[in-house]
Amino acid sequence: MSAHTTESRHAPAGRYVGASVPRREDPRLLTGRGRFVDDIRIPGLLHAQFVRSRVASGVVTSIDLSAVLDVPGVVAAYTAADLDVIGITAVLDRPRTQFVPTEMPILARDRVRFAGEPLAIVIAEDPYAAEDGVEAAAVTYQVHTPVTSAEQALEPGAPLVHDEAADNVLLDVSMFATEGIDEVFAEAPCVVRVRTRTGRQNAVPLETRGAVADWDDRDAQLVVRTCTQVPHQVRTVMARSLRLDERAVRVITPDMGGGFGQKCVVGREEIAVAAAALRLRRPVKWIEDRKDALTASFLAREQRYDARAAFDRDGRILALDADIVCDMGAYSCYPFTAAVEPLMASAEMPGVYRVPAYRVRGRAVTTNKAPSAPYRGVSRPQYVMVMERLFERAARELKVDAVELRRRNLITEFPYSGVNNITYDAGSYLDSLNLCEQVLKDEGWYDLKAAAAAGGRHVGIGYSCFNERTGYGSGAFAQRKMSVVPGFDMTEARMDTTGSVTITTGTLSHGQSHETTLAQIAADELKLDISKIKIVQGDTDRVIYGWGTFASRSVVVGGSAVRLAAVKLAEKLRMLAAGLLDTTPDDVELDDGRVRRRDDPGRGLGYAELADIAYLKAHLVPKDLEPGLSVTATFDVFTDGTFGNATHGAVVELHKGTGRVEILRYVCVEDCGVAINPMVVEGQCRGGIAQGIAGALFEQVTYDEQGEPSATGFLDYKVPTASEIPDVAIHHLETPSALTESGAKGVGEGGTIGAPAAVLNAVNDALAPTGVELNDTPITPETVQRALEQAS
Amino acid sequence: MTDRQLITLRVNGEPYELVIEPRRTLADTLRQDLGLTGTHLGCEHGICGACTVLVDGAPARACLMFAVQAEDRDIRTVESLADGDELSDLQRAFSAHHALQCGFCTPGFLMLAEGFLAERPEATREEIRELVSSNLCRCTGYQPIVDAVEDCARRRQASRREHDRAACGEAERSGHAAGA
Ligand code: FES
Ligand code: FES
Repeated sequence: MSAHTTESRHAPAGRYVGASVPRREDPRLLTGRGRFVDDIRIPGLLHAQFVRSRVASGVVTSIDLSAVLDVPGVVAAYTAADLDVIGITAVLDRPRTQFVPTEMPILARDRVRFAGEPLAIVIAEDPYAAEDGVEAAAVTYQVHTPVTSAEQALEPGAPLVHDEAADNVLLDVSMFATEGIDEVFAEAPCVVRVRTRTGRQNAVPLETRGAVADWDDRDAQLVVRTCTQVPHQVRTVMARSLRLDERAVRVITPDMGGGFGQKCVVGREEIAVAAAALRLRRPVKWIEDRKDALTASFLAREQRYDARAAFDRDGRILALDADIVCDMGAYSCYPFTAAVEPLMASAEMPGVYRVPAYRVRGRAVTTNKAPSAPYRGVSRPQYVMVMERLFERAARELKVDAVELRRRNLITEFPYSGVNNITYDAGSYLDSLNLCEQVLKDEGWYDLKAAAAAGGRHVGIGYSCFNERTGYGSGAFAQRKMSVVPGFDMTEARMDTTGSVTITTGTLSHGQSHETTLAQIAADELKLDISKIKIVQGDTDRVIYGWGTFASRSVVVGGSAVRLAAVKLAEKLRMLAAGLLDTTPDDVELDDGRVRRRDDPGRGLGYAELADIAYLKAHLVPKDLEPGLSVTATFDVFTDGTFGNATHGAVVELHKGTGRVEILRYVCVEDCGVAINPMVVEGQCRGGIAQGIAGALFEQVTYDEQGEPSATGFLDYKVPTASEIPDVAIHHLETPSALTESGAKGVGEGGTIGAPAAVLNAVNDALAPTGVELNDTPITPETVQRALEQAS
Repeated sequence: MTDRQLITLRVNGEPYELVIEPRRTLADTLRQDLGLTGTHLGCEHGICGACTVLVDGAPARACLMFAVQAEDRDIRTVESLADGDELSDLQRAFSAHHALQCGFCTPGFLMLAEGFLAERPEATREEIRELVSSNLCRCTGYQPIVDAVEDCARRRQASRREHDRAACGEAERSGHAAGA
């Protein structure tokens, strides 16, 4: 395979980094030869499905599975009492006044907390029989009044979702509270306020969750193939839950059809399936159906903000004060807990702006809804939306152009130490805004908007400026007071006797192209053709340790570990070659699969020759070296991480009569430092933007008063298609990261973060003549229609 | 146990004899009975299109069809597109345009486009976008898929024209063009 550099936007340091190397994942995925979890077949395989609660809140008074066992093909059915496994408890290192730990049992014991909660597992000879078995279960409940909104949860005397959380609050933190902030607000010439609600969303990986578990007698090991972004963390929880030594659990992740965060937490179903396989000593497979994926997996994003910002006469922001309530549903997810959304929002809300005074209260509220997990961007799509609305509001009050107002407030000097105790590394905040605006001007969208207005059409232009902390290391997660602290990553690089290299990574690609990008990094370092490098991921027995893929960490943390390991392997090759070429390691260099003498480039040894000696002729290995060619390396981030940034610009038209919001143009100016593979970077931006637009305009799960979710299929949960998602023009800026081994910053989440704010601002710009302002998402056609009618 | 039926299926040119329940979907039959796991299931209710296969050349949702309904019809799945390790032009276009990330939706989009381009080789970008909007992808934002299908269509058009020109030249040279 060769690198082509057609889309490279800077002179590549090596042959591969910076080039749009074709994806090595593609051939198998294009030919139907990928192997996803549902593609795995093992002789004697059984199939599982779950009996799930029909009520949102209550106590199970009886559960009778005898009819289930009579269904032809059903092999077994277990309740919580039958399985006797330990539940999942995610905790923070915070006092109970701030955080209340709660347990998520693997199967509900008696209390049920959301409609769809698993009560029993049914195992059958085929999937159809398992479904028939589920239908035959007889469950009776004592039904309680469910808590179906954060408002209701916070009312005095509201029913309790967890007895231990006396006011339905799982996290309550007040942070920063700059001294004198109240006086600043009292005296400021301009104070604006924005109240926002954002809908509950599902990350909707196209492949639902699923697992295949099998006990292996020879290895005395439970082998669990499961689509997870965090295999090592699943192993830890599973071993504890099943009371096994950790080495007795092997978690393997096959090809995975997306995750977006929904699969970066430990699922109770995967543990129940493992427990059943252990008990039956037969392989058991569970594949979640779409209804369960929509109603009973992990959701996200249902938040409420009440935010104020103070500005001086020149439009400089003086203070920010926010009250954030996140409806986290019924349970805390492992390892992030129900605090993940409010803590993210509270810590990072000032974003790209120079905010001198800040106060925030963040709360996680528990309700009788499916629990939440981190979802691509985690709170940042929301707080960016709120910040950008505050700026738009202030611009209107101060009668300043909103883009100009942003310019006056963007951070331009780096490193910048924020009021939120975060130090931002260098970015191109101002340049990206200027370029984005310039692009839309040059393309004539401002003229078109003016012409449209004259013709009675409603066209608007909206922007969002944001940064994205990528590469959270253990330092950053410890700051959040997580008691299970993610962060570092480990890589092993091993050369075999043919000179080809196997590199393990603790990150877990499920669409992000690590088999290509991480190999690019290693190939450049090892001066080796990429076809000689194989990336191995997603197997707790083959990968030493890692924290998986989430929070745009893979290329930052995992990529750095890969580079360090490649450097070490290169060093070892040099030492070995130096001994054999009668010189010193400093006097030899790597070149295209060989190590040669600097002073005499004709004298050298190919990697295969060196490897042959390292393994098969160990007596020739210089005395002070160990035989073999295998090294490990670890990378962590102890600073505040590295921040990618971008500006998005959207042009929308609102259609009278239907209320439809049509996106006429979408421009993204992104800066992720050194792009390892520009094609992949653009893919992440486009895909992220599509998900951000989905949240802004289309997707939402609502619950009725009984706690029944509204969306049980794709007819109700409206995932946008190619008709709704526009083409996106992407422009690149490059501010390399000094923190990472490659200069890269993460880029996985940025698209999703910026899109809701840009779209919402554009809609409001289009609505400006009507005087109506919309601040909640999703923006439905009905609300737009109402706004337009009100105006006419 | 429910009644079972003996049926014959023709998939990717190969005949198969199967004994199956009438309620078994074509998708399950392909995946579980024939081991053709390239056809994916994303919803099993006819919306996402991950299960799209060709039935007598036309794209169809394999999750909505019973295997018994597919008897005596010509079924094609994603496994039929490549020639050994040689990817088809459509598959190459998907890779070149980064039209797949996780790849879960990809077999469905490939079969959708394969059936469509056979019918509508001169389709415009707008028509292609409309076609692409029949299936769901959560990773790519669709634009690369539209690009890939369009690129493949243009290349096929170009090579058809090339072919026609060559055929025309051939005919002229052999003196049979007169009167055409
Ligand atoms: S699986 Fe057939 S349309 Fe979704
Ligand atoms: S590539 Fe992942 S769903 Fe389309």
